[in-house]
Amino acid sequence: MRIKQLLIGMTASVIAVSSYVEMAIADLKFPMLVYRTGAYAPNGIPNADGFVDYYKMINARDGGIGGEKILHPECETGYKTQVGVECYEKNKKDAMVFQPMSTGITYQLIPKATADGVTVYSTGYGRTSAANGKVFKWIFNAPVTYWDGASIAVRHILKNNLGNIKGKKIALVYHNSAYGKEPIRTLQTLSKKHGFKLMLLPVDHPGQEQKATWLKIRKGRPDNVLMWGWGVMNQVAIKSAASIKFPMDKFIGIWWSGSENDVLPAGQGAHGYKSLTFNAPGSNYQVHADIKKYVHDKGEASGDGSHFGTVLYNRGLFQAMVQVEAATVAQKIHGTSKITPAMYRDGMENVNLSAKRLEELGFKDFAPPFKNSCENHGGSGLAAVQQWDAKTKKWNMITEYMYGDSEVVQKLIAEDSKKYAAEQKIAERCG
Amino acid sequence: MIYKETGQYKSSYKSDHAIFPLLQDKIAFSTLMFIAFLIIPFVINSYWEKAILVPFLIFSLAAIGLNILTGYCGQVSLGTGGFMAVGAFSTYKIMTYFPDMNIMIIILISGLITAAVGIIFGLPSLRIKGFYLAVATLASQFFLVWLFNKVPWFYNYSDTGQITVSERTMFGVPVTGAEAPSYATYLFCLVLVVVLSFAAKNLIRSKMGRSWMAIRDMDIAAEIIGVPPLKTKLSAFAISSFYIGVAGALYFAVFLGAIEVTESFDIMTISFPVLFMIIIGGLGSMLGSFLGAAFVVTLPIGLKFLMVDMVGLSAVTAKHFEITIWGLLMIIFLIVEPHGLARLWSIAKEKLRRWPFPY
Repeated sequence: MRIKQLLIGMTASVIAVSSYVEMAIADLKFPMLVYRTGAYAPNGIPNADGFVDYYKMINARDGGIGGEKILHPECETGYKTQVGVECYEKNKKDAMVFQPMSTGITYQLIPKATADGVTVYSTGYGRTSAANGKVFKWIFNAPVTYWDGASIAVRHILKNNLGNIKGKKIALVYHNSAYGKEPIRTLQTLSKKHGFKLMLLPVDHPGQEQKATWLKIRKGRPDNVLMWGWGVMNQVAIKSAASIKFPMDKFIGIWWSGSENDVLPAGQGAHGYKSLTFNAPGSNYQVHADIKKYVHDKGEASGDGSHFGTVLYNRGLFQAMVQVEAATVAQKIHGTSKITPAMYRDGMENVNLSAKRLEELGFKDFAPPFKNSCENHGGSGLAAVQQWDAKTKKWNMITEYMYGDSEVVQKLIAEDSKKYAAEQKIAERCG
Repeated sequence: MIYKETGQYKSSYKSDHAIFPLLQDKIAFSTLMFIAFLIIPFVINSYWEKAILVPFLIFSLAAIGLNILTGYCGQVSLGTGGFMAVGAFSTYKIMTYFPDMNIMIIILISGLITAAVGIIFGLPSLRIKGFYLAVATLASQFFLVWLFNKVPWFYNYSDTGQITVSERTMFGVPVTGAEAPSYATYLFCLVLVVVLSFAAKNLIRSKMGRSWMAIRDMDIAAEIIGVPPLKTKLSAFAISSFYIGVAGALYFAVFLGAIEVTESFDIMTISFPVLFMIIIGGLGSMLGSFLGAAFVVTLPIGLKFLMVDMVGLSAVTAKHFEITIWGLLMIIFLIVEPHGLARLWSIAKEKLRRWPFPY
């Protein structure tokens, strides 16, 4: 009897699974690959909350995008590539855009999404050379790439050293993965150009073990430390730096290594720590007021709502805003509110977030304006430096938004994307 | 009554030695093969391919490999991830050096390379046993992953250490790369798995397999009756690594397409899950390797489907439940049925034999 029941149950679930996968969805689908569990959850949670709150706000305030409700099914990846693939396959049907929030999953999805005709938007992460739209038709990484980031950090150091860093030593503490290795090539090129010495210090996943790394820093005495970290690694690195009394204002993280979660555990020791950013901190923007009014005050905040206005939450808002804006643009171009994934890509390619448009969207002075084009999927390439004030527990912007070393970066992008195009036999687009 | 063997007479040694001596098993197996080869390829979609069937086939192969070493020869290994990485990186290097070579040959050569590496890391097994050997193989896991991450030659000096597969075809149909149709990757893996499983099954029934089991059951006694420990243990390491290497090659070339060694071949993503597969499936059982792989691959997906899509829990709550349920199931399983799913199946067979009579 039992076996029979089991068999019936199994058959039923198989049928249910297959019918679910085939199910078509009418609204605009923005699947989310999130990680609210695992070693990267401290960073994954605020970011995902930003996304969800923005989508909910658009649904509540505007009734969706051009009248089409946003569906945002979450799929928990735990930052694992294999699970990311499963999530992608499950949600790819009629999906507008995927935001993998992981360089590993982005690399995984680049060929797949290109073959399936699905847009991938890796905001300021993923494969840097995807900025070359001539080769990467479906992949976008605006507004700024890691290689811009590396050169902006070096530019900041240059400025603090009156333009001369010859013979200085810069260490890169990086997550020993595709993500962390991204800036190495750029930094090597820049070290030749500016004459600084580069010290490479990998930290293995998940990044809790950094004793050896910081011992090397104590011995090697680099003048500056750059960090490409994510998740638990950030907290541990900042704590370790504080405990060896490394001067915090000489320690600069990439935009993924500069959130409240990363600095708070180190307490006062983290005072003065710097990181790059491409969006402003704080919660005094129109969009925050709208989210408060339409989402939080109704008790519909994603998660526990405690991340409102934090760096990564704001970044989530920014990422979601660009994705929604792309849909709006696509609707305008194609004259229909019911856009297909292919139309959505056209929208993403023609996104033009001018200062005026940002203001209309409630993001006045929140981020520098940028626009995509057929050739350029990498946005403006602008980022600023923010500094942590441990006394007031606040991030403060200390520089203007600045460009990286576009001469170096553009050359590297052209080289790398050419190599990829040759490997994958892709013909260049855009005339 | 279903498993009635009465009336099935064996009149030759050959029929007595058949892999499936019972007619019922033969029918069941043929039906399974019929469905696998002639029905699934026509109905498969990319979700079933990428999320369930292809990973199941690949992990079955890895589980068979580890089962040969651990289940049949009694040498505990935690180096599965490292050996799979050897398979994957061999495939990548051969692919880039010989762009015209057939993918099937590349994958088999990768298996052979892994076998050679396996022999080297199997050498300590001649001196150390049990948990100590587990620790030694753990070292191989960390060493190999470190090596593929550290030496740029292995990933052709790419900036990120990622290796990416390029398109390869079989009979004109792409089986690797993003353009490969679902049925092609599935059939490609299926053929390899079926052929290699038969090979493994027959190896286990041969003199070599018997000497593995003799070493497993009591190595001193085996040595006294004339089983050479050196040859036996190393052959187990070599053949086990061959299977794991082929699994690694498929994992990279057919399944994921782009791999980063530290993430994809991590001890928590490969070595432990494969060990769980053979423990849950049944140590020293071919069927167990398949059942274990099916269990480990489909359980998280099934639970997620049940909790998120059916019940409507949020993705993160479901994940927390999944982790808890997974742990609980492991414990319950080991208490209730320490011999694994394969043992459950043989109990079921016994019951079916007597059915509908209780005795």
